[in-house]
Amino acid sequence: MKPMQRLFQLPVTAVNLVKNAQTPEEAKSPVLSPDGGQQTWYNALQSDELRLLRTPDQETPLDETAASSGQTQPLRHDDLKEMLDSNKDSLKLEAMKRIVAMIARGKNASDLFPAVVKNVACKNIEVKKLVYVYLVRYAEEQQDLALLSISTFQRGLKDPNQLIRASALRVLSSIRVTIIVPIMMLAIKEAASDMSPYVRKTAAHAIPKLYSLDPDQKDQLIEVIEKLLADKTTLVAGSVVMAFEEVCPERIDLIHKNYRKLCNLLIDVEEWGQVVIINMLTRYARTQFLNPNHNESLLEESAEKAFYGSDEEETEEKDEKEEVAALAKRKPYVMDPDHRLLLRNTKPLLQSRNAAVVMAVAQLYFHLAPKAEVGVIAKAQVRLMRSHSEVQYVVLQNVATMSIKRRGMFEPYLKSFYIRSTDPTLIKVLKLEVLTNLANETNISTILREFQTYIKSMDKDFVAASIQAIGCCATNIGEVRDTCLNGLVQLLSNRDELVVAESVVVIKKLLQMQPAQHSDIIKHMAKLTDNIQVPMARASILWLIGEYCEHVPKIAPDVLRKMAKSFTNEEDIVKLQIINLAAKLYLTNSKQTKLLTQYVLNLAKYDQNYDIRDRARFIRQLIVPTEKSGVLSKYAKKLFLALKPAPVFESPFKDRDHFQLGSLSHLLNAKATGYQELPTWPDMAPDPSVRNVEVKEAVPEWTRCSSREKRKEKVEKPFYSDSEGESGPTESADSESELPSEMESGGGSGSEEGGSGSGSEESDEGSESGKEKKKKPEKIKVRKTLPESAESEQSGEEEKSARKRKERKASSESSSEEEEESSSESSSSESESEEESESEPETKKKKKISLSKPAPKQPKKEISLLDLDDFIPTPSPQVTPINNIVSNSLATDLQGLSLTDSALSPTMISPSFSSVKTYELLHRFTGEGLAVEYCFSRQPYSLDPHMVAVQIQFSNNTDTEAKSLRIQEPKLMSGMRMQEFPEIEVLAPGETVTVVMGIDFCDSTQAANFQLYTQTRKFYVSIQPPVGELMMPVFMSENEFKKEQGHLMGMNEINEKLTMGEKCQSDHAIVQRVTSAANLSRVPCGSDREYRFAAKTVASGSLVLVTVVTKEGMAAQLTVNCEKMVIGTMLVKDILQALSQ
Amino acid sequence: MIHSLFLINSAGDIFLEKHWKSVVSRSVCDYFFEAQEKAVDVENVPPVIPTPHHYLISIYQDKVFFVAVIQTEVPPLFVIEFLHRVVAMFRDYFGECSEAAIKENVVTVYELLEEMLDNGFPLATESNILKELIRPPTILRSVVNSITGSSNVGETLPTGQLSIVPWRRAEVKYTNNEAYFDVVEEIDAILDKSGSTVFAEIQGVIDASIKLSGMPDLTLSFMNPRLLDDVSFHPCVRFKRWESERVLSFIPPDGNFRLMDYHVGSQNLVAIPVYVNHNINFKESGSSGRFDVTVGLKQTMGKSVEGVIMTVHMPKVVLNMNLTPTQGTYTYDPVTKILTWDIGKINPQKIPNLKGVICLQSGAPKPEENPNLNIQFRIQQLAISGIKVNRLDMFGEKYKPFKGVKYVTKAGKFQVRT
Repeated sequence: MKPMQRLFQLPVTAVNLVKNAQTPEEAKSPVLSPDGGQQTWYNALQSDELRLLRTPDQETPLDETAASSGQTQPLRHDDLKEMLDSNKDSLKLEAMKRIVAMIARGKNASDLFPAVVKNVACKNIEVKKLVYVYLVRYAEEQQDLALLSISTFQRGLKDPNQLIRASALRVLSSIRVTIIVPIMMLAIKEAASDMSPYVRKTAAHAIPKLYSLDPDQKDQLIEVIEKLLADKTTLVAGSVVMAFEEVCPERIDLIHKNYRKLCNLLIDVEEWGQVVIINMLTRYARTQFLNPNHNESLLEESAEKAFYGSDEEETEEKDEKEEVAALAKRKPYVMDPDHRLLLRNTKPLLQSRNAAVVMAVAQLYFHLAPKAEVGVIAKAQVRLMRSHSEVQYVVLQNVATMSIKRRGMFEPYLKSFYIRSTDPTLIKVLKLEVLTNLANETNISTILREFQTYIKSMDKDFVAASIQAIGCCATNIGEVRDTCLNGLVQLLSNRDELVVAESVVVIKKLLQMQPAQHSDIIKHMAKLTDNIQVPMARASILWLIGEYCEHVPKIAPDVLRKMAKSFTNEEDIVKLQIINLAAKLYLTNSKQTKLLTQYVLNLAKYDQNYDIRDRARFIRQLIVPTEKSGVLSKYAKKLFLALKPAPVFESPFKDRDHFQLGSLSHLLNAKATGYQELPTWPDMAPDPSVRNVEVKEAVPEWTRCSSREKRKEKVEKPFYSDSEGESGPTESADSESELPSEMESGGGSGSEEGGSGSGSEESDEGSESGKEKKKKPEKIKVRKTLPESAESEQSGEEEKSARKRKERKASSESSSEEEEESSSESSSSESESEEESESEPETKKKKKISLSKPAPKQPKKEISLLDLDDFIPTPSPQVTPINNIVSNSLATDLQGLSLTDSALSPTMISPSFSSVKTYELLHRFTGEGLAVEYCFSRQPYSLDPHMVAVQIQFSNNTDTEAKSLRIQEPKLMSGMRMQEFPEIEVLAPGETVTVVMGIDFCDSTQAANFQLYTQTRKFYVSIQPPVGELMMPVFMSENEFKKEQGHLMGMNEINEKLTMGEKCQSDHAIVQRVTSAANLSRVPCGSDREYRFAAKTVASGSLVLVTVVTKEGMAAQLTVNCEKMVIGTMLVKDILQALSQ
Repeated sequence: MIHSLFLINSAGDIFLEKHWKSVVSRSVCDYFFEAQEKAVDVENVPPVIPTPHHYLISIYQDKVFFVAVIQTEVPPLFVIEFLHRVVAMFRDYFGECSEAAIKENVVTVYELLEEMLDNGFPLATESNILKELIRPPTILRSVVNSITGSSNVGETLPTGQLSIVPWRRAEVKYTNNEAYFDVVEEIDAILDKSGSTVFAEIQGVIDASIKLSGMPDLTLSFMNPRLLDDVSFHPCVRFKRWESERVLSFIPPDGNFRLMDYHVGSQNLVAIPVYVNHNINFKESGSSGRFDVTVGLKQTMGKSVEGVIMTVHMPKVVLNMNLTPTQGTYTYDPVTKILTWDIGKINPQKIPNLKGVICLQSGAPKPEENPNLNIQFRIQQLAISGIKVNRLDMFGEKYKPFKGVKYVTKAGKFQVRT
């Protein structure tokens, strides 16, 4: 049969060959080549390319090939069919490759459908894959035939191998054939409860496919989505949220229960999923939390009122005011812990390599974070600008919008927006926009200098944009208006017409603001009418002259004369302005211009453009008094010479932030299909308890894992998430047992466990315990670096924490926990290599946590968060402040352990302890019985590593209850931030209460001023930190110290000679004095005459190194090395004083 | 999400199309062509083009436009980043991403695209996973394939996707275990007329080439990590470790990858290794001008500066240039108006100079502005920021790997205003 076919075909092709003898590619037809099977498919492609290249004789042959292809193509396809029918896989593969190549080029291969679909069950994987590709492409067109393949996939869905199940589901759901909707639905439902997370992921992918095929399935699909949302593996999370976004973005209620899990899993989800999740969570947060920036504006107003309504005024009016103020005060803004969780867990993603992820985080911060925290995204955005120009384009669009709202954020990066001549024009214009937005009084001179170089560029569009930018700066910043104007006037003599034209337009706008002083500029511009040809510029000049004809009474009529002469040759906009000019002149100076006006109007009357004719007719009626002239002509002068408001330069990016940043809609400044509006903040926060999850299985899980004492080195377990909570059973935990990665990661016994295939339960345990193990080596390493000298400090710290505990009267539960914590800490530092002794208390601790807390899945830091959440459902009345203190300080303690948030390079150690000095914040008398003291606890502040923890102690010396003690309206220097302590509801008479708050002093000793409110009174207080409290100790070795000191020479080094005080003789005394003066830690040193100390500033992390060298007698030399010279000098002074006393 | 993808060459031919949902007619590209025509220059084609029913998001790489068709709201960066990932994958597979390479490997390309997106949502974008699914073509394999009829699709099922380290291939084996790191720094700078720095910063990357068996867990530490102001990492890097200890701790992917990008704070002064003396002027009358440029060494930390190339985009009125270089060769392309001076290595004793006459179009006004000079150079064995890798430790495996670090400093966008 085959040779026969070939015989049949031969003549036809031969005929073709004869017919288009000049197209030799026909000779390459696979039919003719004797070994068509062996020929690689891309030969065919090359011939195609050749056809395109052979342009000269393309005209006729192309038509002919097109005509003949009608005959030849089926033939070719017959050949392919034959190959597909053959028994040899290699032939099939060859045929499929050619077919796919055809599809890729956009050629129609649909008539091969029956032949191809037969091979769906082919054994060869590659053939199979290519058949799938073909099926997905053409099934929609050949629905009936496509049904033939369905059974194969259904069989695949039952395959024991998860990958085969997944791929079967993938293809099945990609075939857009409506008849199989029920089958798909069934398959998706089944796959959604598959053991393998990979299959579940595929199910999540299939949901939007089915939805687009048949939207009626929505309700059933939402059920599946709900189920998959509860999935705890990172593999599924991104895909299911994507499905959620496509199918039911309005069902925000489905997210509640999964919110915390999503936040915690986020960092381990693959990049693309992260983008989708972050964008969704942004919308979610907007519906669930309160606006963190809302209270600021509201408070300002009410506080103002309260301020003026002074205390003495005992009028009714005051009561009213107080009511208003109280309304605002009743709810001081406390960020929902879940809100905080989201912000904190997304922040590390700013370091992602994926620009889309970084952008997603940036927009989340922009839309959700308190003003003070938004700044962190600027650096990452600037980094993205280094990327491909397309990325740069999108990022700049967003930066342009952000820079309008929060200019300060990008100001430090001003220079990163400078323009290079090699940038594409699109980018240049956007950078200009940003530079314009960033311009203010202080930097305008540098920006203008920069703009000046831009004006000379060869890229004329860009030059025009630069001139506009100058105009924009001139309008926004009054100080430079004259400079800009002068500069622009100079440009009027530029040789390039475009530059001149653009300058004219901008000058026109600027002059409108203050025309009187600039008649000489107008005169200058009048002269330009002879030369400038650009219509817009001519029109602008004419308008200016007309508008301000009173300032240039002599020139204006002359200009009109000239214009009248050239009227017929002008562009339409110029003509309209000539008519306007004529009308205005007629009204002001009719004696000179009457005839000219008449002439111009007559010309206009017969103009081709009806706008101009209309205008002429209208104006004639208005200005020329006739017997019929109406009432209006009386007002003609008012109409034409009315004062016009100066134009406002408005950035095209203004108010664009009502679109979610980073979205397509934002970029286009138009709502794209499927765009979900960013909801406005709610006035009242919805019930936060909806997000509480009952974790029943979690408790047994913990006990189980803690009961198992397996010693094995887990090399890697959920990345990053060593302290990041909920990831409890990660994907590996649920995943099927045959994963080799699981084996490898599990190491020794883990691999057996994985291999045994005993289901998810057991591997679950494995990963759980492994995770725990993993934390240990890390910690030990850190501890190892502690030298002997630090050990004493360690114990000192313990002492302190113990004492503090007593002070605080902490609730027994959490204090015992703390004890547990510190004991484990000390044991780890003392018995460095002994894992056993260390792990035991730790597991014990965990058990404890799991028992005492309802949702104990997160170890370490997360606990504090959940604690807070459990104890304070935002403004709930039954909260006692004591709990807050405890959990706060617990958090601090825990944090010292977990080593997560500190941003230090040399290992940060807990502060060395020395006697804590208390300062008075509010004296008993001024405070009317309320005494407030503060001290710097020298503990790292848990909520923000850049803040100094300030411990505040309230004591109520009156015999009435003091109620709702809180901080409001901090008046901070720029850059300083403050994290208030939670409101103290009630302070009973005689009681004392301690709270911790954080202040970011920005490494300056400027006082933080704020108001302390009680229910009845307010007090202006301020906290001024001694310079020594602005730092936290760091540990370093002697060598490191020397090296760092070497970096900080010259300007950064301050030397001072001193005589020691009498009591300062012993080593101990010196160390003690220095450490009490500043929060430093001792660095080991070989010489016994030398004392070294090191610390870092809290806010910026700059190193502070202190050396004291004792000399003969009482003399000594003090050296301080610090990048921040101010800090250095102040520190020298303080230590000097401490030592010489 | 992503509906379809069209690949378009510079001649405006659509040479590949792929649809992940129902087929979108290729006539949608007409809107793209329209925008392309309007933009004149290829780099000025807007990356996002709205059409009545679709949105086109495109990138331009290796003279090929990758045009993605979008139907509904999606973050544009998501698509752009994905397209760049596709390009990177093609480069990884075929060595380049040109039209010829894509056409030559059209089936592999199609298989790759099929795996990378599912219903328009990214599925597998890690090179290690994809290479398990679809083997990259090699000359040897294509010969073997044509003889034995075997395929380039992986026989084993890819397990990487299921792993918790999805970026790493399972069961890696090497006889020589090696780990190489290239620290490459680029100086971005704008120098003004007088040679003083308007703006300068250092952008660095650490590219790794890791060929280690098993599941190694690496820790890379720096002598002076405080220099790094802003960083971004490959997903394999444990961020918490970096936050707390400033070390890079990671289980590497197999093969070549970019470990981190970093930025050295602008508060540090950037050493500019070269200086440029220039004297370019156009005579007011007559149609000529003078061109005299000298490139010399400034702060090079004792290292030699190589591969110095200067490119100048001359104004339109410049017809030709008659120059004499004391070193290297120069070319002037009268069509694109680009002057290229390939200097090579700079000898500190003999400072290279290029001097001569500029021929202007007669009658045309003299250009307003002098052209900017773009400089490229390379300094081996030096990281200009002073960053130094301290040590590399490996955990989790027994063998001793061979380790190496290389430093290179290059000029990034280095521009001298004249």
